[in-house]
Amino acid sequence: MELWQNLPVALIILPLVCAPICSVSKPRFSRFLALFASVMASLLSVMLIIRVSATGTSYVYKMGEYGAPFGNELFISGAEAAVSLMFSIVMALSLFAGLRRIGQEIDDSRKSLFYTVCVLLLTAIQALAFTNDIFTGFVFLEITTIAAGALIFVRNKEGSLFAAMRYMIMNLLGSGLFLLGICVFYTLTGHLLFPQMKESVQLLVEGGRYIRPLSVSLLLITVGLAIKSALYPFHTWLPNAYSGATPAASSMLSSLVSKAYIFLLIKILVRAVGLDVFTMTGVNDVIFIYAVIAIVLGSVDAVREHNVRRMVSYSSVAQIGYIFMAVSYGSVSGMAAATFHIIAHSLAKSMLFPAVDRLTEVSGGNENFRDIRGSGFRAPMAGLAFVIGAFSITGIPFMGGFVSKIYVATSAHDYGGWVMLISLGALAVSTVLNVLYFLRTVLTIYRPGERYQLTKDQSTRPVLTGALMLFMLLNIALGIWGMPIMRLIESSIAAW
Amino acid sequence: MKKSSEAFKNWLLSGSDPLEEEMIETLSDEESEKHEQTDESSRIRKERKSLKEYLYEKGMYRPARIVCSIGLCLMLIVMLMGTVMDMPYFGQADTLVNSELSEFYVEKTLEHTGATNIITGIILNFRGFDTLGESHVLFIAVCSVIILLKMSPSEENPRLYTSDREDQKDEDLVLSSLTRFLFPLICMFGVYIILNGNISPGGGFSGGAVIGAGLILYLSAYGYKRIRRFFTFKTFKVVSCLALISYTSSKTFHFITGANEIHVPIPLGTPGTIFSGGLLLPLNIFVGLVVACTMYALYTLFRKGDF
Repeated sequence: MELWQNLPVALIILPLVCAPICSVSKPRFSRFLALFASVMASLLSVMLIIRVSATGTSYVYKMGEYGAPFGNELFISGAEAAVSLMFSIVMALSLFAGLRRIGQEIDDSRKSLFYTVCVLLLTAIQALAFTNDIFTGFVFLEITTIAAGALIFVRNKEGSLFAAMRYMIMNLLGSGLFLLGICVFYTLTGHLLFPQMKESVQLLVEGGRYIRPLSVSLLLITVGLAIKSALYPFHTWLPNAYSGATPAASSMLSSLVSKAYIFLLIKILVRAVGLDVFTMTGVNDVIFIYAVIAIVLGSVDAVREHNVRRMVSYSSVAQIGYIFMAVSYGSVSGMAAATFHIIAHSLAKSMLFPAVDRLTEVSGGNENFRDIRGSGFRAPMAGLAFVIGAFSITGIPFMGGFVSKIYVATSAHDYGGWVMLISLGALAVSTVLNVLYFLRTVLTIYRPGERYQLTKDQSTRPVLTGALMLFMLLNIALGIWGMPIMRLIESSIAAW
Repeated sequence: MKKSSEAFKNWLLSGSDPLEEEMIETLSDEESEKHEQTDESSRIRKERKSLKEYLYEKGMYRPARIVCSIGLCLMLIVMLMGTVMDMPYFGQADTLVNSELSEFYVEKTLEHTGATNIITGIILNFRGFDTLGESHVLFIAVCSVIILLKMSPSEENPRLYTSDREDQKDEDLVLSSLTRFLFPLICMFGVYIILNGNISPGGGFSGGAVIGAGLILYLSAYGYKRIRRFFTFKTFKVVSCLALISYTSSKTFHFITGANEIHVPIPLGTPGTIFSGGLLLPLNIFVGLVVACTMYALYTLFRKGDF
């Protein structure tokens, strides 16, 4: 084993060691530690993805002396490296972008714990990205769930406790269903590691034994993770939670927490169940129906919204619908498109929240459409960032969202039949609706209003500006050089 | 009987605690007037809407929805029962659960980890990464509860902060004399379970829970003043932080040496003695410390007037 192959364990352990230190130190030092951990994690993941794509191989990392089938393992290939890189970068940039608001909105007594929670969240999502073991997935999913709850209620504002309560009820239901699914799965297959589970599942399917419990456990796992990542009928907790939290926390919730669950689901479906079994049980049809409803109704909800931040939150519902629609095709290209959309959407959405926050800040803190008129002139960089993010999510060429929408459409085309027609129709309708609410907002922020002047705001936010610039560069880079990343993801998922 | 059911209904519908109301009523008129002016909590309670109104406003109090959710739950129950009928019987010989996996664990754990207690061998060695995550689940749970419930003395409601701490009644004679006898026994038993984790049933999680229960008993019997002589918020923070860091670093050492095939000769000792099983004993101690602190912290935080 070469030295660089230890990078994933370093990515997981570095934040894990920082977390207890954060919890006992003063707010300033724990802020430094959290930023240090996330920046270091970004550098380490850059190194990892360079080495993985250069060698073009995947490998298994034993957590301890004993590998499969006795001990825990990590599995690293191109897709994992890409997703982990996105997680670390988004974590670092959203912390930087929201740093000032964290200072204003969170009590001094709770700041160190807030950073502790962020750092533990970083560990947990890295572990979720790399795990090769379904139970390790559950353990770190618990950490992610609790951390996300804490990120919501740390602001201690009226309404955030209610949002956190709703979040907790829905998410614990999801965890419970997922755990039930794991129990049934383990009883049938006798293994917890993905490759061994897949072998057992193939044996069971070939022998025609226990097909019904197998499909039920698959359904439980899928529905559990779908609830946790807010697929349509279970999305009611999402808008309050995203719009009530501090901007950095909203970015993390929308682009790290729910995306980590979906990536875990993709790994389970491809590596532990097998795509043929997934399509055979019919679970994919269930997901497909709800994903299409999510795409349309999520966008409709966003159009009806008068509050900018809630509108941005509702658009997440539709985007999660896209990802699940790509997953439901049950093909390698669909899974790759879903993974790419995870990356593209996370980069855009985590930029939108701080940008919207800055736009409302220069409009006297009001989040309504008529109050943010002309805010693009008052805060030019935030306005530009909002435009780029809106373009990316709508799917304007040269942005990340365009590339991912094309891949989703291509994988729908590969599937063919009615499914293709419905998916393309949903994509078209939702793109029109996206234009309706996102470009309307873009027009609004560049339209003169009566209440506030159009000159540039006196206050400067150098850290926020820097973070937003990096975000914009990443979004454009993903749109222009999307092909190699997509090829890396697709080849590694095909080899899973 | 009727009164208590009414009180329960009141509590359910109006969201006010019947016990708290009683406490305020027992104050004399003069005091209660003063109370009205100073006590923030009564003001908040007046402004608070009843639970029913609140739920109605949020669109959650709809009979149709309640019927729908009950139907959904019943459907889930029926589906899961049907699944259980189809699953292999417990102990059935030809299922995949009876694979080489359990055979290996039962037969080879002692040889590979030096632990007579197979479960400790599995959770701290073979599946050590899961257990590392699990201890951090406890840690983040405590962090979240601290974020939610820990109050600083300067916050707006001083009465809520001091209530349990300063108004402590006199020691209960029966409880305190029993505790004087029981507390050392409980703690010793906890330490025994932790230290013998690798040779007999038990280990860090169960032993830590026992010690935590002992601390809770001590607090209930003697009050905050006595327990703060040796266990404060600072002690909690320092102990759990150090235990978690040592736990993480020793597991990391294990992961990296294991994955890179570096053989570090950690003596496994004679099976059946306390000093056996290599790293298992220190790992059990770290887990035990974390769990004991967590148990105690959760109890105190959910009481009025935390640590």
